[in-house]
Amino acid sequence: MTIVIGFEGSANKIGIGIIRDGEVLSNPRRTYITPPGQGFLPSDTARHHRAVILTVLKEALEQAGLKPADIDCVAFTKGPGMGSPLVTVALVARTVAQLWGKPLLGVNHCIGHIEMGRLITQADNPTVLYVSGGNTQVIAYSERRYRIFGETIDIAVGNCLDRFARVIKISNDPSPGYNIEQMAKKGSQYVELPYTVKGMDVSFSGITSYIEEAAHKMISSGQCSAEDLCFSLQETVFSMLVEITERAMAHCGSGEVLIVGGVGCNLRLQEMMGVMCKERNAKLFATDERFCIDNGAMIAQAGWEMFRSGQVTELEDSWITQRYRTDEVEVTWRD
Amino acid sequence: MALEKSMAAIPEFLSKAELLKQGAEARVYRARFLGRPTIVKERFRKQYRHPLLDEKLTHRRTVQEVRSVLRCRRAGISVPVVYFVDYSSHSIFLEEIVGSSTVRDHIASSPPSARCEGLEPLAERVGQVLARMHDEDVIHGDLTTSNMLLRCGPEDGVSELFLIDFGLSYISALPEDKGVDLHVLEKAFLSTHPHTEALFQRLLKSYAAASKKSSAVIKKLEEVRLRGRKRSMVG
Ligand SMILES: Nc1ncnc2c1ncn2[C@@H]1O[C@H](COP(=O)(O)OP(=O)(O)O)[C@@H](O)[C@H]1O
Ligand SMILES: [Mg+2]
Repeated sequence: MTIVIGFEGSANKIGIGIIRDGEVLSNPRRTYITPPGQGFLPSDTARHHRAVILTVLKEALEQAGLKPADIDCVAFTKGPGMGSPLVTVALVARTVAQLWGKPLLGVNHCIGHIEMGRLITQADNPTVLYVSGGNTQVIAYSERRYRIFGETIDIAVGNCLDRFARVIKISNDPSPGYNIEQMAKKGSQYVELPYTVKGMDVSFSGITSYIEEAAHKMISSGQCSAEDLCFSLQETVFSMLVEITERAMAHCGSGEVLIVGGVGCNLRLQEMMGVMCKERNAKLFATDERFCIDNGAMIAQAGWEMFRSGQVTELEDSWITQRYRTDEVEVTWRD
Repeated sequence: MALEKSMAAIPEFLSKAELLKQGAEARVYRARFLGRPTIVKERFRKQYRHPLLDEKLTHRRTVQEVRSVLRCRRAGISVPVVYFVDYSSHSIFLEEIVGSSTVRDHIASSPPSARCEGLEPLAERVGQVLARMHDEDVIHGDLTTSNMLLRCGPEDGVSELFLIDFGLSYISALPEDKGVDLHVLEKAFLSTHPHTEALFQRLLKSYAAASKKSSAVIKKLEEVRLRGRKRSMVG
């Protein structure tokens, strides 16, 4: 029996989760929510995380019904993400590991998403679409690496959605993406927007500048409603994502798709991906907001796999990094 | 009516053809057309996307594919001959490259030990063909080893390399566009075929030697790579 606690705080969520051999014992989380029109800045986000992290830690232990002595390993997010929130959370992880006398493990955030998705859905060897505020990647496993077949060449899809939400002042509570999804259900008119796919790569900077520039004019002139824009933006960017996923599947000969990351809990994206999968007799795996959105259990789960395969991170190596590519990690726990 | 009859003709033709595979965006059939071995590439309607977006993309890609294949052929680059195009069902009838396999399968089936040295002539050939294509200002848009076919020659072992799948292609003389085209290939190549960095370098070297305008393109390629590495991953 191996019990791992995971600390995640690379963006505006702070989460701590505990995993015991594939079972999620607890997974509490808090989100730093900014007013409409505003994004989250690193220093304010770090301050938010500092203020709540010990409360969340207590919750995680209590809900799991465990004492620190029961824990085998302390995992934390090494990167990628925002510098100061990462530092804040790593500091707490290092401190408790020393207090409790437990080994540490620095985990790649993206690998956390993938391993959590695999655990929850039981997908065996899927093509992974990883979509969040900071990342957009199409990934497949081979020869001990999660290899990146496609990715954004500029900004992430979540960043595109967030920036649009800021321009037309959509609420950030619980998240801009969630509110865009709800508004999109009331949209009906399809407005043509720039569509940029390059092989298995995508670009979102063109569509983002276009819609930032045009949104107010289109709405105030009565050409379309804010809901229509939400609808059209989703239809366009999600089509791009489904297209590059399908291209990677055809190229790799894969029959499974797993969607992970914060944007992955969008039901319209899941629905579109499901239709694509049906058209090629493939299987779709997705999870809900508990596990798609950044959380502590995903770091615990990747940490569990790493720890079981013999990895630990020495104290002097327990630094964080804002850039950390998915394919830098040697996957020691899969054949 | 004649129109209805012709509209139904292609689906009926395809219903009798052999479905070879479902590619990245099309169904690929094997058939005989006017007595010749033919590949029919049907960009069927993608139900997941909005009908207006689907129609626009499908039409544009069918047109682009035909256009670039013709342009390459005129320049003497090996591509399949286009026999017939039907824009209502978005189907392209192409010469079948009989007895060919994709470069992807070819590399994957060669033993890991031979993955570098044994494949060097192939890598050089790919570099040369891409240089010619870029010198014609054709940007492929989806360069992967799945979109290159290798037909092994009779006995002497000389094989011919074909480029296919020009749906995302366009015409541009900009070094930036050519650099991105190579970057797309580089990433697809290295993630599909682990431990082939040296092989890919050979490919680039032969590209550089064969293309008239390669120095600006290679410079852009390096810039695009760096941009990728510097990209923020916040959120
Ligand atoms: N002219 C051809 N001759 C032989 N095989 C072909 C030909 N065209 C396509 N194929 C096969 O079909 C696959 C898919 O075709 P492709 O044009 O790449 O369509 P997609 O856009 O769907 O990927 C190719 O990878 C190749 O194996
Ligand atoms: Mg193809």
